[in-house]
Amino acid sequence: MSEPQSALGNPVFEGFATVREIGPIGMITLRATLSAPVLAKALAGVGLALPAQRRILRQGARAAGWMSSDELLILLPHSEVPEVLASLSKALQGEHHLLADISDARAVFRIEGVKAGQVLAKLCPVDLDRLEPGELRRSRAAQVACAFWAEDDGFTLISFRSVAGYVMGLLTHSAQTGSELYSA
Amino acid sequence: MSTRLASGGRLIDRKTTQKFTFNGTWLSGFSGDTLASALLANDQMLVGRSFKYHRPRGILASGPEEPNALVNLGRDDRLEPNQRTTTTPLFDGLQATSQNHWPSLEFDIGVVNNYAARFLPAGFYYKTFIHPRAAWKHLFEPVIRKSAGLGRAPKDRDADRYEQAYAFCDVLVVGGGIAGLQAALSAGRRGDRVILLEQAAHWGGRAPVDGDAVGGMAAGDWLTAALEELHALPNVTLRAACTATGVYDHGYVLAAESLADATPGDGRPRQRLWRIRAGRIVTATGAIERPLSFAGNDIPGVMLAAAMRDYVVNHAVSPGDRTVIVTNNDDAYRTALVLRDAGLAVPVILDARPAPAGPLVEAARARGIRIEAGRAIAKVQGGKRVTGVQICLQAGEGAVLEEISCDAVAMSGGWSPVVHLWSHCGGKLNWDDRLSAFLPDPARPPLNHDGRAMVTPAGAAAGIFEPDAILTSGEVAGADPDSLGEVQDELLARQSVVVPPVWVMPQGARADLRAKMWLDFQNDVKVSDVQLAAREGYESVEHTKRYTTLGMATDQGKLSNINGLAVLAQALGEDIPQVGTTTFRPPYTPVTLGTLAGEARGEIFQPLRRTPVHGWHESHGAYFEPVGLWRRPYCYPRSGESHADAVKREVLNTRAGLGLLDASTLGKIIVKGPDAGRFLDMLYTNMMSTLPVGKCRYGLMCNEQGFLSDDGVVARLDEDTWLCHTTSGGADRIHGWMEDWLQCEWWDWKVYTANLTEHYAQIAVVGPKARALLEKLGGMDVSKEALPFMAWSEGSLAGIPARAFRISFSGELSYEIAVPASQGLAFWEACLAAGAEFGISPYGTEALHVMRAEKGFIMIGDETDGTVTPLDLGLAWAVSKKKADFLGKRGMERNHLSSPDRWQLVGFETLDGSVIPDGAYILAEGSNDNGQRNVQGRVTSTYYSPTLKHGIAMGLLHHGPSRMGEVVEFNKTDGGTVKARVADPVFYDKTGEKQNV
Amino acid sequence: MLTLTCPCCGVTAEETELAPGYEAHLKRFGPGSTDAEFESYMFARKNPKGVHFERWRHAYGCGKWFLAARCTATLEVFGTYPAQTTEPPAAILDAIRARRPDWKA
Repeated sequence: MSEPQSALGNPVFEGFATVREIGPIGMITLRATLSAPVLAKALAGVGLALPAQRRILRQGARAAGWMSSDELLILLPHSEVPEVLASLSKALQGEHHLLADISDARAVFRIEGVKAGQVLAKLCPVDLDRLEPGELRRSRAAQVACAFWAEDDGFTLISFRSVAGYVMGLLTHSAQTGSELYSA
Repeated sequence: MSTRLASGGRLIDRKTTQKFTFNGTWLSGFSGDTLASALLANDQMLVGRSFKYHRPRGILASGPEEPNALVNLGRDDRLEPNQRTTTTPLFDGLQATSQNHWPSLEFDIGVVNNYAARFLPAGFYYKTFIHPRAAWKHLFEPVIRKSAGLGRAPKDRDADRYEQAYAFCDVLVVGGGIAGLQAALSAGRRGDRVILLEQAAHWGGRAPVDGDAVGGMAAGDWLTAALEELHALPNVTLRAACTATGVYDHGYVLAAESLADATPGDGRPRQRLWRIRAGRIVTATGAIERPLSFAGNDIPGVMLAAAMRDYVVNHAVSPGDRTVIVTNNDDAYRTALVLRDAGLAVPVILDARPAPAGPLVEAARARGIRIEAGRAIAKVQGGKRVTGVQICLQAGEGAVLEEISCDAVAMSGGWSPVVHLWSHCGGKLNWDDRLSAFLPDPARPPLNHDGRAMVTPAGAAAGIFEPDAILTSGEVAGADPDSLGEVQDELLARQSVVVPPVWVMPQGARADLRAKMWLDFQNDVKVSDVQLAAREGYESVEHTKRYTTLGMATDQGKLSNINGLAVLAQALGEDIPQVGTTTFRPPYTPVTLGTLAGEARGEIFQPLRRTPVHGWHESHGAYFEPVGLWRRPYCYPRSGESHADAVKREVLNTRAGLGLLDASTLGKIIVKGPDAGRFLDMLYTNMMSTLPVGKCRYGLMCNEQGFLSDDGVVARLDEDTWLCHTTSGGADRIHGWMEDWLQCEWWDWKVYTANLTEHYAQIAVVGPKARALLEKLGGMDVSKEALPFMAWSEGSLAGIPARAFRISFSGELSYEIAVPASQGLAFWEACLAAGAEFGISPYGTEALHVMRAEKGFIMIGDETDGTVTPLDLGLAWAVSKKKADFLGKRGMERNHLSSPDRWQLVGFETLDGSVIPDGAYILAEGSNDNGQRNVQGRVTSTYYSPTLKHGIAMGLLHHGPSRMGEVVEFNKTDGGTVKARVADPVFYDKTGEKQNV
Repeated sequence: MLTLTCPCCGVTAEETELAPGYEAHLKRFGPGSTDAEFESYMFARKNPKGVHFERWRHAYGCGKWFLAARCTATLEVFGTYPAQTTEPPAAILDAIRARRPDWKA
């Protein structure tokens, strides 16, 4: 088996913020009735808890994000996907649900530095000043769908894999030194 | 002559000289100059030629309303036409050329139009170029096109970068004069999130120039204190050199910020478009001074009175040694005082009012300035610059009482509040008789999402001109907009500013004078043109605008519209409010296309979608074609090979041996749940619930009208899970379609979907040696027995987890292998390496198309166009007759769709072996009422078949299937026709033996 | 460019994050329906100047469809509500009547 490749091979751009493609990162989509008790149990079984509306809850190397009223996104190390999928699938037996490995359908970027938010402010129609702690925001970056959240002095942003080159281009364009929106 | 004064100039830095060129001549100015002030400082009065008559034109204004002084700015990849010199900051190395003249600004052939002016009345083009019809295309249009437009369009790719940014606030204040500053202060002090924008590079608006006390302080001191407090408020953002250009629904405002206009090539974006979402908007946008309509009001040296004092006070530039002032209001007296303070001569103030009075009038009188009441300018003398004025009675017809020599004229016809942003989203206006101006009507504001007022005007933008009243109006607009209407009524009633209407000067001017009174300086529209339009029956201001082109130039009538509609109202014998204004539309000032495009240029013009194998395709010389936003290899030409040759080779190689196709773009949607089968039975025209686990079935989807929408192979993965393949372009649309029905119609059905399109690379291994290759890669049983045609199985191939589908779009033995995208390239390369011994070769979308057409397989988008049913395509076998309902079933039952009298799918073989042109129609007897040939069908897919070695096609033909063997005729683009025999659309391997081995 | 608040995820999204779905509360007519019924379902659309009920999808967001009551003339939004209903809820009707006393459903 060959090593899994991220969409772009992890390029880095240094501007007024640092932009990096990271990954590959494991991702599982889970669609189910989020209030079902069996779901909380299933999540607990893989070390996760149910996030509130529009929140992402990180537990060590894994995280669960609220994507929609019946959809969670589970993030985890790429190699752990089969094991966690199997565990969740077993725990949810008998409950109407959908589980799928979507790791390779996505590209993941980090935008880092004190001005990281200014990069996103050029691309996303989102009031970043009002983004709440731990909020997972789904929106668009210029012409493509994205989801992002603030984490460790920066933002993590997810896009579809096929447009990873476009998103890296957007982030690079927006992080050019000298194009800061605000001084701080 | 215009010159630089020895002292003064609050915005310039005399220590920093900046050199620039105008029409190739090197000139110099100071840091802080605008291009306009620097040109004036160099006695460059003549700066351009007018659009229609090529009349000499000078600088008229000092702000964005400037109609005349437009230049081509920069050169080559930084050339930009129609740039207003009055808002262009001077920088070292700036290059400008004047516009609309040949061969030179000083000597211009086109000025002949000026002497022929009486042959170029309003509507000249409409009246003249009607007949003969044939002359339009070859004579009139080319000539008009050549003479149209002001500046030169740039030919080179723009060298600059642009960007956009989003911002959010509670209160957006537009305008950084004292009204806007006060509004920002009062909203900021309350803790609102405030953004304050100012179009100029400096703050304070007119106050520092006009010199009145503000809040009991000198204007400059008040300004310093206000800015200091605003900068200290963390919830207030100030942005100068940023023009709010439009107000849109729900508090959305676009603003263009200038960043590197004056420092080209410094690496920063040249401009930035702000997309601001504001809780509410305060427009403190000031007012624009109006010209007066007297003969010769366009001669260089005639300037707006306030602009003239701007140049004196801000830039220490004197527009002339002897300036005659002409006015209908007190404000112009400030200019007289400023000129006198600068040591310049003001021979006379001509005041159209019979009895001017008030502090400013008294101040001028006290300084010994001659004031002539009830007087007007009959005519300005001069050609390329003012040499004098003829004075007459305002009440008369223009009989000359006196001539006065002068080299400049400062005019003021009153002030028009800048109501553009108020009006963009539906704010209504009232005519104010005291100010002779349209004012925002606080009772009829543009509305926000909650039904409350979205925009609040303040200061001069609301018709309030006295400093302390402006402060009050700013304070209330910032903090308490609900009480604003009341406060403003009171402020308006209290203020002493009165501007009597003076629309034509003198009021009874003779025709020869009216024909030299400019309303729209940029488009050369005169008082006589609007009056002619009225005589010819134009009553609506919107029609008159288009007929005369009044207000249609790049300045959008900032100076001309009110004067023009007043003249129209007079000519029609109506009141101004009855005639009304034209519609105010964004942008307030022109926005560069680069700014509107923002980042969307070059590589990131649009999101190109790339498969995991894209890089390999690129490095192996693939020729790409767009499929939606995807780029797919069309073919892989080898050195010296044409695309057609490459396609031929790829088809033959695949049919004879082994081909490899990157099919990753195919949509892959998981549908799961206890009701998934029932749901898919509604979605597809055929049965999917009965598909056994482990099997694949081709299915069709229709919209509710019964027309084909998408197709693809469905695989049943387990008891309650199906995998639906869609077309490459249809994945997102079909996923959305599924979610729409599940969320909005059958929300009680237990079904979940997930679009896994991009999680997988899908590689089609095609050809008689396909099985041999997969067996060599190893890992799973791909034998006929273990994996028969239209089955799938899961395992691994070449050590990579894989799902293999035995499906064929080529008619050959074929496997589509889905592997995780992160290992897609590895799998592709493994296939190529292992396939070398079988003569493997990748093939592109064109070979795919040729092979599917040889097999008579339809393609969504080729055989379908949104008006084609499955029955039209001979796909009745895939439309269930058992199902009580499915999407499109009722639509198909409509009599026109179920009629046998439709165009239906057949194949065509050309008699001469040639290829029928794309889009060709099948000719029928006779012609229709329009003299066009009748048709009885059309081609939908047409290719050269390398396998059969002649042209093949599919198409829709009236009663097609019953006409096998008949010869029909297709039109060709060269006017000829091509004959073809109606045939079975399956040209190759009719029994399907090859794919089922 | 309007903004609507998605009742599913709570985000106030701008128009570019939404996909329009036209008139809400249509009744589907399938096989067995008359031509007139099918026409009403497929083609006959209201085009009021005033209160209108519409479908919107939070396409660049949680992906859910929702319904909005809106004035087509002033763009005033009376409220948004989940798509899983065949008629406007009472709270929405109350909000409309509070602002448009003369409005008739």
